[in-house]
Amino acid sequence: ENADPQRTAFLLRKQWTLYSVTPLYRFSNAHLRDYARLLSSFIAAEKQKGLAVEVGVELDIKVSVSSLPYLKGSDQDQAAILVQLSSRSPASPKNSEEKLIWSGWFCCVSGDDLSKNVPEDFTCLPLFLVNGAECYTSIVGSWFQKTFDCSFRRLAISPLILSWMAAMWTGCKVDKTASAMELVFSVPCLPQPLDISYAIHPEDAKALWDTVQKTPGEIIQEEVDVFMDCLYSHFHRHFRIHLSATKLVKVSTAIASAHCDGIIKFLQSQYLTGVLMLLTELAISQIE
Amino acid sequence: MQRRQSFKTQKQPLQVHHKNQTDLSAWRKGGRIDPEKNVQNNQSPNNQKNDSKQGSLEQALSYFEKVQDRVSLKKNSVLQKHLTTVESIALQSGLPPEAFDVLLNVALSGKLADTVNTRLLKSLLPASVIPETSVVSSVSWLCVSKCSGNIQLLFLRWLIAVFDFIDHKEQLHALYGFFFSFLQDEKMCPYVCHLLYLLTRKETVKPFRIRRLLDLQAKMGMQSYLQALLSLYKLYCPELVTITLPGKMKTYFKNSEGPWKAGINTVRRRNQENSPVFQPLFLGTAQPQSRKRKWNTQLIIPVSSTNTNNLEEDEKKNRVLYSMSESFRVEQLQTFSQLLQNIHHLEFPSQMGSVLTNPLLLHYMNCIKDESIYLRLYYWMGQTLQEECTWCAVDNNQDEEEFKDFLETVYKTECFLQEGFSSCEEFLYKSLPLWDGFCCRSQILRLVSWIPLSSFSEIKSHLYDPLAQFFFTSSLYFKCSILECLKELLQNWLNWHVIHLDSESDSQVHSLNTTHSELLNVVAELIHFVGSISTLALRLENNPTFLLYFILDFYETACDMYLRYNLPLLIMPPAGVFYPALLSMDSVSLNQLCYIMYRYRTNLVAAKENELSKKETVQFRFSNQTYQEYNQYITAMVGCLWTSSVFQKDIHPQGLRMDDELLKKTAVQEFKNSFNIVYHPAMMGYAVLFLQQAWPDDTTFNFSLIKGKKWNWYLEYLYAHGLKGLKVFIESSINRVSQASHSKAGNVQV
Repeated sequence: ENADPQRTAFLLRKQWTLYSVTPLYRFSNAHLRDYARLLSSFIAAEKQKGLAVEVGVELDIKVSVSSLPYLKGSDQDQAAILVQLSSRSPASPKNSEEKLIWSGWFCCVSGDDLSKNVPEDFTCLPLFLVNGAECYTSIVGSWFQKTFDCSFRRLAISPLILSWMAAMWTGCKVDKTASAMELVFSVPCLPQPLDISYAIHPEDAKALWDTVQKTPGEIIQEEVDVFMDCLYSHFHRHFRIHLSATKLVKVSTAIASAHCDGIIKFLQSQYLTGVLMLLTELAISQIE
Repeated sequence: MQRRQSFKTQKQPLQVHHKNQTDLSAWRKGGRIDPEKNVQNNQSPNNQKNDSKQGSLEQALSYFEKVQDRVSLKKNSVLQKHLTTVESIALQSGLPPEAFDVLLNVALSGKLADTVNTRLLKSLLPASVIPETSVVSSVSWLCVSKCSGNIQLLFLRWLIAVFDFIDHKEQLHALYGFFFSFLQDEKMCPYVCHLLYLLTRKETVKPFRIRRLLDLQAKMGMQSYLQALLSLYKLYCPELVTITLPGKMKTYFKNSEGPWKAGINTVRRRNQENSPVFQPLFLGTAQPQSRKRKWNTQLIIPVSSTNTNNLEEDEKKNRVLYSMSESFRVEQLQTFSQLLQNIHHLEFPSQMGSVLTNPLLLHYMNCIKDESIYLRLYYWMGQTLQEECTWCAVDNNQDEEEFKDFLETVYKTECFLQEGFSSCEEFLYKSLPLWDGFCCRSQILRLVSWIPLSSFSEIKSHLYDPLAQFFFTSSLYFKCSILECLKELLQNWLNWHVIHLDSESDSQVHSLNTTHSELLNVVAELIHFVGSISTLALRLENNPTFLLYFILDFYETACDMYLRYNLPLLIMPPAGVFYPALLSMDSVSLNQLCYIMYRYRTNLVAAKENELSKKETVQFRFSNQTYQEYNQYITAMVGCLWTSSVFQKDIHPQGLRMDDELLKKTAVQEFKNSFNIVYHPAMMGYAVLFLQQAWPDDTTFNFSLIKGKKWNWYLEYLYAHGLKGLKVFIESSINRVSQASHSKAGNVQV
């Protein structure tokens, strides 16, 4: 719950695309450097594939694989693994600093449901988050699939889960003056896509949620439904539009923002592990 | 054709081999496209269709071989016909190697109009390979410039598109100089560059060619295709090409595969589909690559060993890293004897998904009962099934054909291993409620038949409920498919049970008891489910014989579970199945029912004997209800077929018992015996034929003549006509005290 803000700062305010990953077979934390080396030669080989000859100088890509031991929920969780690809400009090879071009991390926050059920040979890191070009995701992902016999799948977030996120994050305390809570709805069955954005002042939303939630620290489905219904009827009173007939596609609050396509942005380091716990749960339910 | 070729041969110092040019009739007799592909499984209608297709292609080819002057397409229907034939066959299955010589010759000779030539060139899709000789001879046509520039251009693009299909390339390499000379043509230059790029070898890089290319570059500017060729030259001979070339380009050559790419893919896919069912399993490691765009799902994974191999230089480190000793690489595994020799140091491939198409590894998997192997396969398969499922996945990128193939592969693997995958079971439970009952139907039903037998209690809501919905709302044919698949399911469960009983009989007899009774319940639930849907279906469809056949087929397995599968469980068919079969209009159903009742009797008698002799298995005693039901049915059957007393003696609540008063109202004379083996609607046909043979002169059809000795002859007559079920039934269940009195139904009760 209390990861060091300094050490997790680089994970904030970036868009992460979510994947679920089945347990990695024969993965070992002791060999991260070797993995980096193997992966980097794999990337070099992949980039040349399909070319009879390589012409010109290829961008030099450096791979680092490291452990983020502070990113976990329980003692049973595996330490998160961070993979970073950075490039060195070929023009000035030695002195120039490396530019981060792609990063991805595997993590498991309170994923006991999964990890206690698999044999020792397997490492459970069911959630994979990616920021960077798809072509690198594909290469890195393929390498992991080939090396640790695991499968990746995009992790979508259903409207139901999004409404949970909206309710949960509304109730969270944030120190500084928070930005507005925004819900985006998409209207189905139209020739042209139509999105409705619904912004609420965070204090209003919090006040509403406080009247709905019965026991602090505990949320049940009915409360989430009531909360959303209140927001819907308020909207209906003003615009005569039934939001319940549309699809909730995006939720942004001061804590984080989440899109139904499986894209997330963390905004508060103090709530990072909390959000990751929920996402881990989603990833596990997609695997099992 | 022969003359023309020799003429060209004189003109140009080319060696044209003729050995590849077999005549067309030989091609027709022999393996059509790929001899491996039609060894089996080609049903005869298919063959006929192929034969007629080949016939028309043969005609078309001989037409194009002989065609002389410029024939106008619009006015000549013969040309139109043959052209369409070539096009449609090419698109369907590709053209055989022999066709290329003829078609290329006519297309490049300039005899026909350019529209025809274009269509011909566009339809040149190879079914297997393209003979090099036909390519060489067409290059010679190019040199004599008989055809227009556009056709030349199209030919070059075709050559690039199908380059990999040309069977040899030695002579093509010898023509490097010719192709090089075409560079001067500005229009052709990009394509010629591409072709040269494909053909270039180290020894073909010559200073004069580099100079020529540099001249061209000076003339035409920095063209990507020229740079591609130059950079290739530079790679081979860096000392000769001293200029600096700009950095990496995204594409050197414009998409020159043009109109052929899609066609080639379709043909390849279709030819794969037509291959025999088990072929992919036995092809070993050479598998076609999936043409997926998505990186995270690959349906067919090539076998490769754990990826330590590409790091030979760091072997020492690797040994520590992966603790690998002298292991035998899976890529090398090609034969069964290799498997036996190396079984002690064989490692599974890096991705377990690749075992699906590799029978040797499946054998190995069968020997090694390691949990992690199954878990790896479980995860991979579960994710792939869900990701690729055309009706479950969120994004609609899925390819139904490919998914179908995948399901087929999974099914074949299950057959091979003789066990179902739990990932597959879960997938079915998740996807059946969303299924439209149409997409991949036969594959889905086959997978259902491999759902493992377990004491899973939710099978009703997960499997039977959705299946029942499809069953009642679908065609007769689909109903029969579902019954067939449930029969397979029952058989697979029973086989599994027998195997496990064998393997566990030594060790843990005691632990069996609890789970065993649970498993019995699961099997019983299946049989009851089939009983209830069968009853309803017979009412819905009005008792068609076809449906009845599938229902009774199921009961042929169900009636024999005790003796054949050692499962202490027998469940009688419901009255809604029994009576329609007994009163069926068709002798096949009646005969089937007789056989089933005979097997029930044999099983029940054996069970009773075992109960009396062995006291310890008393917990698996059949319920009295089973015996009761059997006795009721057998009374009805004997009363119907033999003693003509069914209307009095049938005591089943849904049975045929009827008052004499009521029966008299039907105004049927002799109603009593109207269902015995002479008068039964299913049997009357036999009775008529029997009468005709026994009393050829009598035309009154006096059925009452069949009695006494004639009755026995009639029985023999029926047995001789294949009613074996009736035979075993009568011989076992009817105690014929004396030959003369056929009205005694003896000791049928058990």
